[in-house]
Amino acid sequence: MRDVAILGAGLNKKWGELWSMSLRDIFVEAALSALDDAGVDHFDSMYVGCMTSGMFVAQEHLGSLMADYLGMNPVPATRVESACSSGGVAFRQGFMEVASGINDLVLVGGVEKMTDVGGDEATHALSAAADMEYEAYEGITFPGLYALIARAHMHQFGTTREQLAHVAVKNHKHGAMNPVAQYPFEITLEDVLGSVLVADPLHILDCSPITDGAAAVVLCPVEMARKISKKPVVKVLGSAQASSTIALHSRKDLTWLESTAKAASDAYKMAGKGPRDLQVVELHDCFTIAEIIVLEALGLAERGKGGQAAESGMTALGGKIPVNTSGGLKSKGHPVGATGVAQVVEITKQLRGEAGARQVKGARVGLTQNMGGTGGSSVVHIFEAV
Amino acid sequence: MANPARYWREIPQRYRLEAGKCVSCGEIYFPPRLVCAKCKCRQFRTVRLPDEGHLVTYTVIRVGPSQFADQTPYAVGVVELDGGVRITSQIVDCDFDKLAVGQRVRVEFRRIQKQGDAGILCYGYKCVPA
Repeated sequence: MRDVAILGAGLNKKWGELWSMSLRDIFVEAALSALDDAGVDHFDSMYVGCMTSGMFVAQEHLGSLMADYLGMNPVPATRVESACSSGGVAFRQGFMEVASGINDLVLVGGVEKMTDVGGDEATHALSAAADMEYEAYEGITFPGLYALIARAHMHQFGTTREQLAHVAVKNHKHGAMNPVAQYPFEITLEDVLGSVLVADPLHILDCSPITDGAAAVVLCPVEMARKISKKPVVKVLGSAQASSTIALHSRKDLTWLESTAKAASDAYKMAGKGPRDLQVVELHDCFTIAEIIVLEALGLAERGKGGQAAESGMTALGGKIPVNTSGGLKSKGHPVGATGVAQVVEITKQLRGEAGARQVKGARVGLTQNMGGTGGSSVVHIFEAV
Repeated sequence: MANPARYWREIPQRYRLEAGKCVSCGEIYFPPRLVCAKCKCRQFRTVRLPDEGHLVTYTVIRVGPSQFADQTPYAVGVVELDGGVRITSQIVDCDFDKLAVGQRVRVEFRRIQKQGDAGILCYGYKCVPA
């Protein structure tokens, strides 16, 4: 297996409600940004992470469409779907293609265009990440599913309502320093607790937003990156993915993310690193409770104590292990298929020392964690500046 | 959900809580499956789940899908039926403030949602405080 590097990384210019931009334009803008950053104008193969363009804009066949609009036909182009972890799983496909030696230059992008439909249709599209016949049919929504986890975590471990709010406050503080973010402003604990209830105990400010956005990276062998790039080389040290039941109720322990724990353990082993070796982490905070249980599954917080992490400042910039310096899904936005790739973009910028106001000083090793649904799929990557 | 087959094929589960019990290891699956995740056996016996259990966790949905517009807000929980099988179910005929983890509940046959522009009625299970 060959060592793989990230040669280029980029997002489209601004995330949010991009009424003047189509699905294809958003994707191409991000892909061009990654190609410019890489200093190349071609690639051998590409992957597109996207959860459900079919339900959001009634467009499938994204691989070839995006290759066409990038002017890159006839390269092989593959769409990858794993609900909200579509981007992270697409990245893993690209990594494996370069590592295997099949191709040298591979572009991996992720995209979601979510605002061409109304709120009710968006809720319906997103519920397809859950069990449609035995969860969504009964009336549960995604905020509802994470509310079930939050209630269970509060009951089991004494996690407080304020601790959940601290996650949103911290991520908005980070996001305020990210010009691409959909909501680049700070919020207070009172803002979160006083915002409208969506699904008890979660308020609207516990939830990541509906976002249009895209992200892309260019991968190549480490040896090639050393030759053609003047930037610090960011190497993929570990890559792992795991599955679990997509129905939350089928899991014996509702507050333990088995798929994330398994993917993390495999990625740590492959990388020869552990939680203590990390200096920066981008993880899947689709709801505030998600950041808490992911921290536990990654081994960054003790079981049941994830709620204390944001409250204590441990996961803030300047803390022991800064988490979601980009603003996370909460503040930066959550165009579902793009999220996993955007996490890799942020870690690349951090490890190169290009993260500006939100730079983690001296960051050498970083981790991304991206998951689908309530954790039915998880994908973890570990990176090092070499 | 244009084709009614999608609805009626789930009727044994939604109306009667029919589950599949692995004849080899005894694991019970709801809905039934074709292969046992524990022992890989492919033979199952149809069993009916008990209609009582307890609340493992719950929420109150304040912003619901349009099919549930006439019921919003409503409570939904994960219910562990006696014997250990868990389902996601609405909790109805209850005071939201009095819901509690561990509370005993009973399964009842109810209308679940109205689908599509025609408002087709779909039925299934909901739980009430026992």
